[in-house]
Amino acid sequence: MITFEDVTKFYPGQERAALRNINLEIGRGEFVFLVGQSGSGKTTFIRLILREYRPTKGTLYVAGKNLSTMNQWKVPALRRQIGTVFQDFRLLPGKTVYENVAFALQVIGRPAREIRRIVPETLDLVGLTGKADRPSEELSGGEQQRVAIARAFVNRPKILIADEPTGNLDPETSVGIMKLLDRINKADTTVIMATHDSSIVDQMRRRVLELRQGELVRDQAKGVYGTA
Amino acid sequence: MRHSLRETWSGLKRNLAMTIAVIVTMGVSLSLLGAGLLTSMEVDLAKRSLYDKIEISVFLCTEQTQGGRCEAGKGTTDAQREQIQQTLEANPEVSEVVYESKQAAFEEFQRVFKDSPVVASRTAEDMQDSFRVRLANPENYAGVVSEAEGLQGVQNVQDLHTVLEPMFTWLGALQWATITMSALLLLAASLQIANTIRMAAFTRRREIGIMRLVGASNLYILLPFLLESLVAGLVGIILAAVALTAGYWFVIVQNAATSITALPWIGWGDLVTAILAIAAVGIALSIVPTLLATRKYLRI
Repeated sequence: MITFEDVTKFYPGQERAALRNINLEIGRGEFVFLVGQSGSGKTTFIRLILREYRPTKGTLYVAGKNLSTMNQWKVPALRRQIGTVFQDFRLLPGKTVYENVAFALQVIGRPAREIRRIVPETLDLVGLTGKADRPSEELSGGEQQRVAIARAFVNRPKILIADEPTGNLDPETSVGIMKLLDRINKADTTVIMATHDSSIVDQMRRRVLELRQGELVRDQAKGVYGTA
Repeated sequence: MRHSLRETWSGLKRNLAMTIAVIVTMGVSLSLLGAGLLTSMEVDLAKRSLYDKIEISVFLCTEQTQGGRCEAGKGTTDAQREQIQQTLEANPEVSEVVYESKQAAFEEFQRVFKDSPVVASRTAEDMQDSFRVRLANPENYAGVVSEAEGLQGVQNVQDLHTVLEPMFTWLGALQWATITMSALLLLAASLQIANTIRMAAFTRRREIGIMRLVGASNLYILLPFLLESLVAGLVGIILAAVALTAGYWFVIVQNAATSITALPWIGWGDLVTAILAIAAVGIALSIVPTLLATRKYLRI
């Protein structure tokens, strides 16, 4: 699903590479934790997959497409296959739960009838049954993150990227979010989650990629947060 | 599409004051530009028509004339006259040389002033023989004039260019001043559009961020902004078109064309050309700043 071939990324005007010589492959339906300190390159890793940047060197394949040579105008089509969730939820204030999720479908031109069918389905899936008409900013943090996940997943992407999705949540709420991501993963969605939350990583026992100063220092199946 | 139209409408409403400012600036600057274009068309038309009609008149000496290349008390001799005619005809700039005798000039004089008391005070002997010289290209008169002035037996060379030239110079300057002013105003209008759209994009940056993230196409994201500036631009264009048409109607159709029939006047076709030109400029100046202002938010 995602293949890094000797990928290096330099930001303009910086001496040190944000990512250096990354080689790895993430298969379809895998669940991968991306760990490492702030500044280790996790965000760059994610932004490369989203094609917000191109690799400086090397080749990156996502969903069968070579992102290094991909045309600018094909980027939206790529992003429709990737759902993204952030630590700060990034919901639209002033819109209800339903509107926030429907927005993701409206702006890619999906027909209204389809939207009316899929959105409630997805809200049920993420555990927000009955909250469709609530203003999104009135919800708790955990519920807001569920809305964000519903928005990321409503178009049934092949890949779900979660950048510190539990970073703003208390441990109990985080467990609920992880269960949800696990369920999405079981529906054959590749999930890549960047996190600092060691207890989650240790509990889930999934593949762990550890970045340190832009280099991949560990790629461990059923790994834990700290170096084993 | 419905989303785009709704966003356009709400954008226009949200920035109502700026939208009105854009429309007014656009309308005024395009009117000025259109007026400049029409003036320039009229000046060209008048210049061509007047210059085409202009002949150079080369007056010959009589016994009474003084100055020029006349010998005191003597008229131009037949040999001199022959020489003058040959020299003029040999000049490549000259297309035609017509001789007008005293007698013919007197008849013309009588015809023109037939109701006036001056008719009785002149005889054919008061008139001068002359050559009427037509030019191949009326713009290139200076060489012919100076050549004719140097010929023996030529008393005076009359040339309307020297009268008309300063007038056209001033008209040209006026028309350039109008176009320059309109260019400055158009610059202001396009900066205003860029600024309005930049502000609108900034207020919607969260939405735009999410649209990009979920894979909305650039056109989809851009459309509300493009439509917003196009609507403002189009209203400005319509205002300018109405102003130009009204101006054309009152100044030229109603007044100038009826009172000054000697000159040709620009027609409705020229007005349409000018309106199309300002429409093209107006549309370009709405779209380009919008694209530039939103570029930052659309960079992938």
